[in-house]
Amino acid sequence: MLEQKTIILISFGYMGLLFAIAFYGDKRAEMGKSIISNPYIYALSLAVYCTAWTFYGSVGAASRAGITGFLSTYIGPTLIMILGWPIIRKIIRISKINRITSIADFIASRYGKSTVLAGIVTIIAVLGIVPYISIQIKAISTTFLLLNQSPKITMASNLVNIPVLKDTAFYVAGLLAIFAVIFGTRHHEATERHEGLVAAIAFESIVKLVAFVAAGIFITYGIYDGFGDLFQKAQAVPQIKKLLVMDVSATTFTGWYNGLFLAMLAVLFLPRQFQVIVVENVDEKHLNKAIWLFPLYLLLINIFVIPVAFSGMIHFFESCQMDTTCQQSLSGTFSGILQFTNGIVDADYFALTLLMSERREGFAMLVFIGGMSAATGMVIVETVALSTMVCNDLVMPVLIRVEALKITQRHDISSLLLTIRRASIILLLLMGYLYFHFVAKLFSLISIGMMSFAAIAQFSPAIIGGIFWKGATKSGAISGLLAGFLIWGYTLVLPSLVQADFLSQDFLSNGPFGIEWLNPHQLFGLDVALLGFDPYTHAVFFSMIINVLLFIGVSLFSRQTEIEQKQATLFVDVFKYAVASEKSSFWRATAPLTELKSLLERFLGKNRTQNALEEYAIEHHINWDGQLTADAGLVSHAEKLLAGAIGSASALVMVTSVVKEEPLGFDEIMDILDETQQILIYSRKLEKATIELEEANARLKELDKLKNEFISTVTHELRTPLTSIRAIAEILHADTNLDEERHNKFSGIIITESERLSRLINDVLDFQKMESGQIQWKISQFDFKEVIEQSLAATFQLVEEKSIHLKFHLPKSEVQVTGDMDRLIQVMVNLISNAVKFSPAKNGIITIGMDTENEHIKVYVRDNGVGISPDNLEIIFEEFTQVQDNGRGRPKGTGIGLTITRHILDFHKGKIWVESELSQGAKFLFTLPLAQYSDLDEGVKIT
Amino acid sequence: MPKKILIVDDEPNIVVPLEYLMEKNNYEVKIAETGEKALELITSFNPDLILLDIMLPGIDGYEVCQTIREDPSLDNTKIVFLSAMARTIDIARGMGLAADEYITKPFATSYVMDKIKELLED
Repeated sequence: MLEQKTIILISFGYMGLLFAIAFYGDKRAEMGKSIISNPYIYALSLAVYCTAWTFYGSVGAASRAGITGFLSTYIGPTLIMILGWPIIRKIIRISKINRITSIADFIASRYGKSTVLAGIVTIIAVLGIVPYISIQIKAISTTFLLLNQSPKITMASNLVNIPVLKDTAFYVAGLLAIFAVIFGTRHHEATERHEGLVAAIAFESIVKLVAFVAAGIFITYGIYDGFGDLFQKAQAVPQIKKLLVMDVSATTFTGWYNGLFLAMLAVLFLPRQFQVIVVENVDEKHLNKAIWLFPLYLLLINIFVIPVAFSGMIHFFESCQMDTTCQQSLSGTFSGILQFTNGIVDADYFALTLLMSERREGFAMLVFIGGMSAATGMVIVETVALSTMVCNDLVMPVLIRVEALKITQRHDISSLLLTIRRASIILLLLMGYLYFHFVAKLFSLISIGMMSFAAIAQFSPAIIGGIFWKGATKSGAISGLLAGFLIWGYTLVLPSLVQADFLSQDFLSNGPFGIEWLNPHQLFGLDVALLGFDPYTHAVFFSMIINVLLFIGVSLFSRQTEIEQKQATLFVDVFKYAVASEKSSFWRATAPLTELKSLLERFLGKNRTQNALEEYAIEHHINWDGQLTADAGLVSHAEKLLAGAIGSASALVMVTSVVKEEPLGFDEIMDILDETQQILIYSRKLEKATIELEEANARLKELDKLKNEFISTVTHELRTPLTSIRAIAEILHADTNLDEERHNKFSGIIITESERLSRLINDVLDFQKMESGQIQWKISQFDFKEVIEQSLAATFQLVEEKSIHLKFHLPKSEVQVTGDMDRLIQVMVNLISNAVKFSPAKNGIITIGMDTENEHIKVYVRDNGVGISPDNLEIIFEEFTQVQDNGRGRPKGTGIGLTITRHILDFHKGKIWVESELSQGAKFLFTLPLAQYSDLDEGVKIT
Repeated sequence: MPKKILIVDDEPNIVVPLEYLMEKNNYEVKIAETGEKALELITSFNPDLILLDIMLPGIDGYEVCQTIREDPSLDNTKIVFLSAMARTIDIARGMGLAADEYITKPFATSYVMDKIKELLED
């Protein structure tokens, strides 16, 4: 048993938590450490799309119509996010550059900053959205009452005639208004962005998802034994069985597409969606993740809709059979409402009533909070967005124009702006409540939602046409919008008044005054039954077609003013002129600095104006002292700042009043844009060229460094044998009476070291030849075993000196290869002497192996020395590289031996690599094509 | 008692003539092929002078020199670098480590012997 106190306490506690999050978000934003500046929060904030309509309404729709009843509302957004992201990105970019504050501002700004258009869009949005707000009020108050009377689960069926002051919904609306005012207008200054609000909304998105999924899991796995069990039991209920078979009638088909179409537009153009997707967007890049994260969210929140709907039906149909009144009302098709003797059960709230009938009050409370999150999130963001529109696009233009109010001379208008916004929020919620009180109770959540979506869809021709077609004109946009909206009102709103008994039924059946072709459900006598149009599809069909036709038609036959032309170009070519339009000014004029400043101060407040001007000064290296006039750039900047507070249309009016001169004409603007564009392109090219030069220089320096190192190592290597030879020669010279044994040993050393010197010099010369590409190759065919034999003879002394043990793994038969035999001997000598060099002083073992693989021979030389660390395995074959390897110690030799080896093998189309681990010895391997696969011809070649 | 000299070099064909020269001049000689071996012998053999190559497998001559100079009990041990590294920067680094002499390879044997005598007479 949940006490009323508990429910209220928990609800307020939850709202308190949201305030804390919002407060923290705003604090962080002030410190410049935005917490919403990441793609995950952004994607979560988009989920404000999921309102009480989703949270409760989907279950109801699924109970009435199965999967076709609700899924299109979520597939639509998924499609538009995945396929339509270029449109979204373009809208975001345009809005950022022009400081767009709302969808009304966006449309108005595109069509020449038109106040009229802004006003029309605002009115349509308000009228379209009020019903939508009302269903959130309905959801919260209904679920509150439901929970409150737990454990009883039926509701009084007639809630219409409750006096306002005893109506829970009235208080819910009131509290929502307070929350929305505090959330949306906490700042002293009117700004277009609300970081804390977005943080709270993202949090609410998590809560509603967790609550619904948790309830779904409990119902599926707690009450039933998983999906299999649930669906098996559902098969036994005839009404459910019907839902499982896809109804392929024309109505389902067109209804489904209509839902899909509307949802695609709504997810972008509902004022709250525009607010979170566009206005509150921190970084355009966040969109990249959101295009899959947001659809994923929609998928998750929909997984358990069908299970909850079906288990609700199974459960309550059972109790229905035991109730005489209900038994009678239960027909073949389920309407979503079960009429029990002592009240009704609404399929919309199955998640809640099921949990209550299972006596899971705590769980039911969680679902209630989830539903409240869905509803409050929507109401708060929607009213904040709408109040901005009402204030900027409806009230301000009027106030500015009415001279008698002397509004432009007031010292601080920013507080007036806030007051207007607050009043709008309260008014919107009051309208929502009144709609609920008089009309909404008669409709399900989902039908009211569709009505709102259809109204919002009217914006789409003007927006999408406006950002892709420069020819679209203000007259076209106004005509299309008005016509579409009128048809919407006539075909959807008027009939809903009939259902609410404000109009006679006759209006629907015979048309107004008996004029058949004006019948709001059958305009022009359209055969709706044949096409399978339900009233929503019918309304959307006619309103959209006429909207689009007028939009295009009137645009073609009307002319744009200069400012329209300019805005059209800036919107359509936003990516082309993005930077240029930010850097250019479209004002010819300068303005008195003091007047411009006081204008800004009045709307933005003193502090913000001060900060904004300081930022501008730093960026443009301006010193305000002694400045009397604001240049054209500053005028333009001021206009954008103002637009952020009061919308582009009003901002233009205000700035014009100070500048007392018209902005530049279209051609002049295009000249400026093109010029700026050119400069930008040049500077970009210049930048690129500079970078390329720097890179080339760095490469040269690196090469130079390598050459120096090379010379230093070569000379170092020359010094070692020279040292030995000189020292011994001096001894032989001085000590004429050396014993014979010593004499022989010393002269032997001189010979060995002289050989070393010549080898070294030959290496350097070879290397130089190979580098410059002048080397003679003497190609012949021979047995590679001969190469191994000769190289062993050449290195015999080295091996003996260190008493290294040699092992062989060679094939018995001949292995014919084609190539330069001397060079290949050089390869083997290099590898063997390397192996000797790195073998341990005692117990050194070198293994030489060879075998044939497919078209190649593979030869290896393995030592049991210290090995090479993995990092160096690749680079030891590079030119000039000496491995500074801790394992092998200081490098020995010039480092050109391996480079030459690689060059020789490259010429033979062979490959060389090394396998080694530190202290495991090194194994050098190379391959060579067998004679019959080699493309080398015998003879002499010069490369 | 003959003075003791430690030759540290990994090139046997350089060690051979050096060893011959030292023995001919009545010094007691030991050989180390690596830096590690050199540090071992310094404690057991306790040489009066070390002929120290720089490019050695394992720890190099600079490090050997530094280790010796950090041990106060070896203050009297003379250190002569014998190295093929002839750039000024290499020499400066060696002398910076408080070596007594830096002789570049190839060297005149008479010069090396004179320096050794000079250092050991101090």
